[in-house]
Amino acid sequence: MGRTLRSKLEVSGIYLVVLIMFAVILYPLLWAVSISLNPGTSLYSAKLIPDNLSLEHYRWLFTDPQSDYGLWYKNTIIVAVCNAVASVTMVSLLAYVFSRFRFTGRKYGIYTFLLLQMFPVLMGMVAIYLLLNLVNLLDTFTGLILIYAVGGLPMNVFLVKGYLDTIPRDLDESATMDGAGHLTVFFRILMPLTAPILAVVGLFTFMAPFMDFLTPRIILRSPEKYTLALGLYNFINDKFSNNFTIFAAGTILIAVPIATVFLLLQRFLISGLADGATKG
Amino acid sequence: MQKALQPKAGPLPSPSAAAALSIIPGLGQLYNRRFIKGVLFLMLALSLAASIGAWTVHGIEGLITLGDDPNQDDSRTLLTEGILSVLLAIVLLFSYAFNIKDAYRDAVRRQDGERIPSVRQAFHDSYDKGFPYFVVVPSFILLAMVVIFPLLFMVALAFTNYSLYNSPPAKLLDWVGWINFKELFTNPIWTQSLVSVVTWTVVWTLVATSLQIGLAMLLAVLVNDNRVRFKKLIRTIFILPWAVPSFMTALVFAAMFNDTFGAINMQIMSKFGLMVPWLTDPAWARVAIILIQIWLGFPYVFTLFTGVLQSISKDWYEAAEVDGGSRWQKFRFITLPHILFATAPLLIMQYSFNFNNFNIIFLFNKGGPAVPGQSAGATDILISWVYNLTFTDNNYKMAAAISIIMGLIVAAFAFYQFRKTRSFREEGY
Repeated sequence: MGRTLRSKLEVSGIYLVVLIMFAVILYPLLWAVSISLNPGTSLYSAKLIPDNLSLEHYRWLFTDPQSDYGLWYKNTIIVAVCNAVASVTMVSLLAYVFSRFRFTGRKYGIYTFLLLQMFPVLMGMVAIYLLLNLVNLLDTFTGLILIYAVGGLPMNVFLVKGYLDTIPRDLDESATMDGAGHLTVFFRILMPLTAPILAVVGLFTFMAPFMDFLTPRIILRSPEKYTLALGLYNFINDKFSNNFTIFAAGTILIAVPIATVFLLLQRFLISGLADGATKG
Repeated sequence: MQKALQPKAGPLPSPSAAAALSIIPGLGQLYNRRFIKGVLFLMLALSLAASIGAWTVHGIEGLITLGDDPNQDDSRTLLTEGILSVLLAIVLLFSYAFNIKDAYRDAVRRQDGERIPSVRQAFHDSYDKGFPYFVVVPSFILLAMVVIFPLLFMVALAFTNYSLYNSPPAKLLDWVGWINFKELFTNPIWTQSLVSVVTWTVVWTLVATSLQIGLAMLLAVLVNDNRVRFKKLIRTIFILPWAVPSFMTALVFAAMFNDTFGAINMQIMSKFGLMVPWLTDPAWARVAIILIQIWLGFPYVFTLFTGVLQSISKDWYEAAEVDGGSRWQKFRFITLPHILFATAPLLIMQYSFNFNNFNIIFLFNKGGPAVPGQSAGATDILISWVYNLTFTDNNYKMAAAISIIMGLIVAAFAFYQFRKTRSFREEGY
């Protein structure tokens, strides 16, 4: 009797902790949602539960001639898709080579770059600016995608290589016996097997441009080329409190699709990530 | 090609003669009777020398002088071109060494009486053996541009006098040796800022990350309890802060913690009659920023831990029950070692992530509030301080010097860690 009571108390305790966490997690998110639905642009008068809900800010983002939101969205998607495609292609080929071939520089190649990347790149931004200026890629999507894709290479190669190492070599060796070339072995046999971790890499590289405002801030100059993060950051940086309601609306339109994809793929994501890193 | 089919025809080649002839690329290969390869090498060398030889030499020259005439030379361009020239020169030297080695090796092969492969055969072989290089070399060149070049540029800046008051194109830069580092460690304004920023960076990294991990562990263990239902729902909600882009949540939090109109003060603290100066008081700003980072960071660790918890075999716990182990003992001797062992590398990466967590610091309060008598704000960690020095104060020389010190710390730490991970140890076969 005492035992079941104790057990019930414990379980209630756990649920209590969970509920408190729910409140802590959901409060800021719901607050942002409600702000975006508040009429008017001022934070001062905003309420958690607005008297009359309004979609005016969402409408403003897409219809007002002053708003570049649709353009930013388009830019970001272009950059994100190119970045994901370029990254997955380069990362998978490199990881294949690092996992299956023996060549000079194999052992320390990635580690050297991983270590070099530990150096804070912020200062390097000045150098990257000058470099892109030299090759005429400043203020272009190509320049931005290049920096994103190449900058993420070492870490992603490291992840995928760790995953590939766990796939038995017998598979590709027997294919080679049957006369398959390197690329055939890779595309027909190994790539399907590494799909989970490649999906993780693709998703992360796709999401990076949505979240990063720093790199585009240095590379992109003309406002019609801004990505979402940069555009929204500038938008709110000018007049913090006055634009916040519109900013919140703009934010939610990004956060909802990303969070949805993320939650749908979470199992995939987590197992891929954990396998790649712990086995790698 | 005719001769290649009858290798015995000529006198046996000497490897050292082949290598010596390769001082002019291609000649050694011609001597080895690999005519097409030799001509290719020769042409490649000539065209490279003609097209970029002068540029490289000029670039290295510019790197040494950093310009003579402020009206004509921009030291930054000279620095950029100079570093690229050095990188290019290194690549060329390697190719040159490869050329000599190649001639030598072919000659040795011919001495051993091996047949020289036909062009088609050689082509096939080079695809087969050279495949990794075809993939690796182009990406390494790109990486050199995007990763190594900025790093060298930064190191170079630390030894110049590049600051707001001495900046191109109006003025020329000069090499100044270790003066910037000396100033950083002897000038009180800099030492004071450096000490306080380093202290806060260390405290921030350790406290925020450890609390993140602690909370994640507590929640993972609690939710994993057999008696808890709706596990899927709970886990989904717990992942939310990770799923929403942190760039946005950081700005939302910045608004919520606002001293005058933020929701925290207006809606929660006001019920207790409090108005906490979250953004203007150093201590409160630090508390707020740590709380926010815990909110942002725990879900990732929570998911990792949950994954590991589910994989621990039940046998362990049953065995412990037979031996009469208490719940605490089960946690201490079974659960804890399991989850820590499996996730250690990722947890360590969390620490280094927070060490360099620029976004949250910058977006929350731009490193503020300002502290009198020093150049860094109260919540400035090293990386955000460097950002301000670079982009607000344009004090490039000091920012570069600090970046180098900070990079060395992180790299040393990371190197030690990478050596311990399994894949590094299993490399050598």
